[in-house]
Amino acid sequence: MNRREFIRYAGLAGSGAIVIPIGLSGCAVVPAGKQTAHATDANAPLAYGTPKQRLHADGEGPPRMVVVFLRGAVDGLNVVVPHGDREYYQARPSIAVARPGQPNGAIDLTGYFGLHPALRPLLPYWESGQLAFVHASGSPDNSRSHFEAQDYMETGTPGQHNTRDGWMNRLQAYLPQENSPVQALALGESIPRILSGTQVVANMSTGRDAARPTLIDQPKVSQAFGTLYAGDDALGKAYRDGVAARKELMSELSSSEQRIANNGAPLPNGLAIDTTRLGRLMRSDTRIRLGFLAVGGWDTHTNQGNGAGQLAGRLNPLAVGLATLAQELGPAFNDTVIVVVSEFGRTFRENGNGGTDHGHGNAIWLLGGNVRGHTIYGQWPGLDKNALYEGRDLAITTDFRAVMATLAEKHLRIQDSALQKIFPQYGNGLQHVGQILV
Amino acid sequence: MRAAFNTAMTGLLMASLSLLCQTVSAQALTTQEQALHVLNRLAYGPRPGDVAAVEKIGIQRYLDEQLHPERIALPGDLQNRLDSLSTYHLNVSQLYGQYGPPSFPPNGASQEEKNAARRRAGDEITPQSHLARLWLATESPRQLQEVMTEFWFNHFNVFEGKDWVRYWTADYEKNAIRPNALGNFRELLGAVAHHPAMLYYLDNWLSSGVNTPGAKGRFKGLNENYAREIMELHTLGVNGGYSQADVIALARILSGWTIDIRDMKEGSDSANFTFNPRRHDNGTKQFLGHTITADGQQEGEHALDMLAQNTATAHFIATELVQYFVADQPDPALVNQLAQRFLSSNGDIKAVLHALFDSPQFWTRKNYQSQFKTPYQYVISSLRASATPVVNGKPVNGVLNQFGMPLYGWLTPEGYKFSQEAWLNPDALLRRINFANGLSNGKSPIARAENTQPSAIVDPVDPLQLMQTLAPMLSQDDVITIANSPANLQVGLILGSPAFMKR
Repeated sequence: MNRREFIRYAGLAGSGAIVIPIGLSGCAVVPAGKQTAHATDANAPLAYGTPKQRLHADGEGPPRMVVVFLRGAVDGLNVVVPHGDREYYQARPSIAVARPGQPNGAIDLTGYFGLHPALRPLLPYWESGQLAFVHASGSPDNSRSHFEAQDYMETGTPGQHNTRDGWMNRLQAYLPQENSPVQALALGESIPRILSGTQVVANMSTGRDAARPTLIDQPKVSQAFGTLYAGDDALGKAYRDGVAARKELMSELSSSEQRIANNGAPLPNGLAIDTTRLGRLMRSDTRIRLGFLAVGGWDTHTNQGNGAGQLAGRLNPLAVGLATLAQELGPAFNDTVIVVVSEFGRTFRENGNGGTDHGHGNAIWLLGGNVRGHTIYGQWPGLDKNALYEGRDLAITTDFRAVMATLAEKHLRIQDSALQKIFPQYGNGLQHVGQILV
Repeated sequence: MRAAFNTAMTGLLMASLSLLCQTVSAQALTTQEQALHVLNRLAYGPRPGDVAAVEKIGIQRYLDEQLHPERIALPGDLQNRLDSLSTYHLNVSQLYGQYGPPSFPPNGASQEEKNAARRRAGDEITPQSHLARLWLATESPRQLQEVMTEFWFNHFNVFEGKDWVRYWTADYEKNAIRPNALGNFRELLGAVAHHPAMLYYLDNWLSSGVNTPGAKGRFKGLNENYAREIMELHTLGVNGGYSQADVIALARILSGWTIDIRDMKEGSDSANFTFNPRRHDNGTKQFLGHTITADGQQEGEHALDMLAQNTATAHFIATELVQYFVADQPDPALVNQLAQRFLSSNGDIKAVLHALFDSPQFWTRKNYQSQFKTPYQYVISSLRASATPVVNGKPVNGVLNQFGMPLYGWLTPEGYKFSQEAWLNPDALLRRINFANGLSNGKSPIARAENTQPSAIVDPVDPLQLMQTLAPMLSQDDVITIANSPANLQVGLILGSPAFMKR
C-alpha cells in the first residue's frame, strides 16, 4: 500500500480528528461549519471563515519557506480568539480578549474566531486571503516542558529523544542543490536544532550591527586564518562555511543597506530590523530557500493581560515584523510561505496570577502570497470540559507535521518518498492539511 | 623580532617533537599537558605562568587545593576592589528598599517614578554585579569555585532582566550559589528555593493554595511554574519519573513559600523568604507515590529532601557534570559511577567531583583539548591568557551578548547549554576571531575605564609570551603558520586558532 492509499484508509482513524479524503491530494482536515459545535445555546455558531477565491499569483523564483518559532509557548487562545464561545470568557475572567466591538476587543474574523487586536498589522493579509491559521494544532506528545517540546517540534520526531538533526535540515537535503553557502539562513547567534544536521546552514546575527564590516572581512586576515583552519574537522568546515556565507551576505547587504542609508531612511526597530534584512536578502538572492528566526518572551505565567498588556505588547512588534518581512520580500512574497509555530499552547483557564500555565494545543499561522487564506483550518475540538485535553488544555486535532509535510510537498515540491525521511515516524500515518495553498 | 620569535618557537617545538614518535592518541598526557588540562577544565584557562606553576606543585596538589577553596586566600587587591562595589554588599532588603519600585502595594508611584527606579537599578546594580563576576572569573585563584558557581547558577538559572530579579541576581550568586558550589546538593537546592531571586523568577512567591484565606488579589491562586521546573530542571530531569499530577502536588506543597514585601520595605535582615500559612494548601497531597499530610513549611522541606535523594536526581546531576568536565557525549559508566557517589555521599558535590577528577575518562587523550568552549569560557580564557585586566565590564558583556551568552541573560530557566552542538557555528567562529584580534594591541576598551582614551604607552600583547602561556596547546604546524604571519596578526591568530577554541 503506498502512502496515499494508506492515508485514505488509516488516516481516517487518526486521533479523533475528522479527516476527509480529498482526491489525490491526500486528506484534508477540513473546516466544515456544518457539524455540530460543542457549544451551548448562547454560543455563536462555529465558523471557520471562507477562503478567498483567487488565482495562483506567480512569483519570480523558486519556492521558499520561513519558519518563525515563538519560543516559550504563546497563548494561541488569545491569538486566534474563540470569541463566540461563552466558556472562553468564563474561564478567563481577567485575561480574555473582549468580544469584537468592545474596547481592546478581538478583531472579528469568522463570526466565531477573532484576531488579537495587537495583530492588526496582519489584518490586510487576512482580508486579501493571504493569511490563515490552523487552530487546535501542535505536537501530539504530551510534554509540557518547553525545552523538550521545542526539541520535538524541531527534530520533527515527537516523543523520540535521540534524533540529532532537525527536520528543516533534512528537508534542505531534498531541495535542488545550488551549491550555495546560504541555501538555509538562520537569524541569531547559533544554529537552532531545527536546522542542525549535515546540510550547510548559514547564520547571521540579529540587530543593527550585524551587517557592519569586520576585520575578518579583510582578505589578508581571512587568508591567514584560512591556513589555521585548513583541517577537515568540524571547526575547519565551520570556518570555511562562515567565510563563504559572510562574503555572499555582506555583498548583498552592503548594497541594499547602503541604498537605504542614501535615502535617509533608518532601519526600523526591534524584530523588524531583522525581518527587513531577511526579506531583502531573500528577495535579492533566490538561492536562499529556507529561513528561520526565533522570537522569545511568550511564557506568560503572570499578568498576561487581555487585549492590552504584556502579551499584547509582544504580539504587536511580532505582527509588525511579519508584515515587514512580507513587504520586503516584494515579488518573492508570492514564492514564500511564512509559518509561525510555538512548542505548545497554554492552559484554557487563567491561573491565580492573571496568567496561564503550560498547555497543549495552539494555532499555527500561515502567511504567504499563495496561502489560501481568510480561513481557519483544522478541526475545532471545542472548549467544554470533556473536550479539553486532560481536562485543562485545548486539544490537538492537527499534528504540526501534517501542516509542515503539506507545505513541503505542495509548496516546496518535495517528493513523496523524501517526506518519510523528513518526518520519519510520521511517514506511515501522514495526513495532509488539504488545499492550504492557492 | 621575527627571527627571535622563530628561534624561540623552534625551541618550544623541539620539546614536543619526541611525542610524535609514538601513537599520539594512545599515549598518556605529559605532565605539561595535564597541567594545561586541569587549567582548562577546573579553571578558565591558564594565565601567564600558570602551566609552569601547576607543574611545579604537582597535579594532585592543585586538584586538592581547588577542591578546598577556603584554604586559598583571595588576593588583597581583588578583595579591595570587590569591597569597593557599593551595591554588591547590600542585603536583599536594602537592595529592594533602595532600588525597588517606589511603593508596593497598593501603589502611589507614577509610571515615571517606577521607570526611573528601574533605570537606576540597571545603571548601578547591574554593572557592579557583572564586574564582580568577571573579576572573580578572571582573577580568583579559587578557579574551581568560580567554575562551579557558573555551573550551578546556570543549573538554577534566573534571568536578570525579569523585573525584580535584577536587584537580587548578585546576592543570589554570592549567598545562595557560591558558598554551596562545592558543598552539599540539598543545601544548595534549599538555598535556591528560599532565595527571593528564584521565588520571584519562577513566580512561586505569587502562588497560593486554592481557596486559602490569603488567596486574593494578585496572590489569588496556584502557579505551577516553579514546581515543574524544580523537578524538570533542578532535580529529577525531564524523564525523571514524575507526572502532571506530581507537578500540581508539589505546587500545592510549596504554596505559601513567598517573599514578604512589607518586611523588605522595612529593611528586615531576614526578609529573603517567608512562609505564609494563610496561603498554604493544607490538604493531603500524593507526591511521587508518597502521602504528604499537612505540615506547613516542613512539607516543602520534606519534598526537597525527597527530590535531592532521588536516584533520578543523582543521575541527572552526574550527567551534567560529566558533560561539563569531560565530554559532550557522557560516558554512561562514568555517569553511573558519579551518580552512585552522589547517593552514597548524600549529595556531597566535592566527593562527586573528586571521583570525577580521579577517573580515567577525565585523563584520557581522547578527552584532552576536545571540548568546544562556550562563549563565556572563550572570552574569559582569552582575557586570562592575554592578561587583559577587566577595568570596564560593559564591553565584556557586550561581546558575550553578541556571542549569544550575556551574563545572567538567559531568559528561560533551563540555562545555557554547554556543548559544541549549541555553540559551534560559522558566524560564531568569525566573531570570536574578530574579538581575539581586538585584544592584541593592548588598547581594548575592556582594559580601560569607560569614556577614556587608550594610553599611548600601553604595551601590545607579546605573541611569544602568549604562546608560552598556552604551551603545549598549539601544534607545530600552527606554530609555523603563526610565526610566518604578519606580526600584528600573531596574537589574534593564537587566540583565534582552532586549538584555543577548545579546552
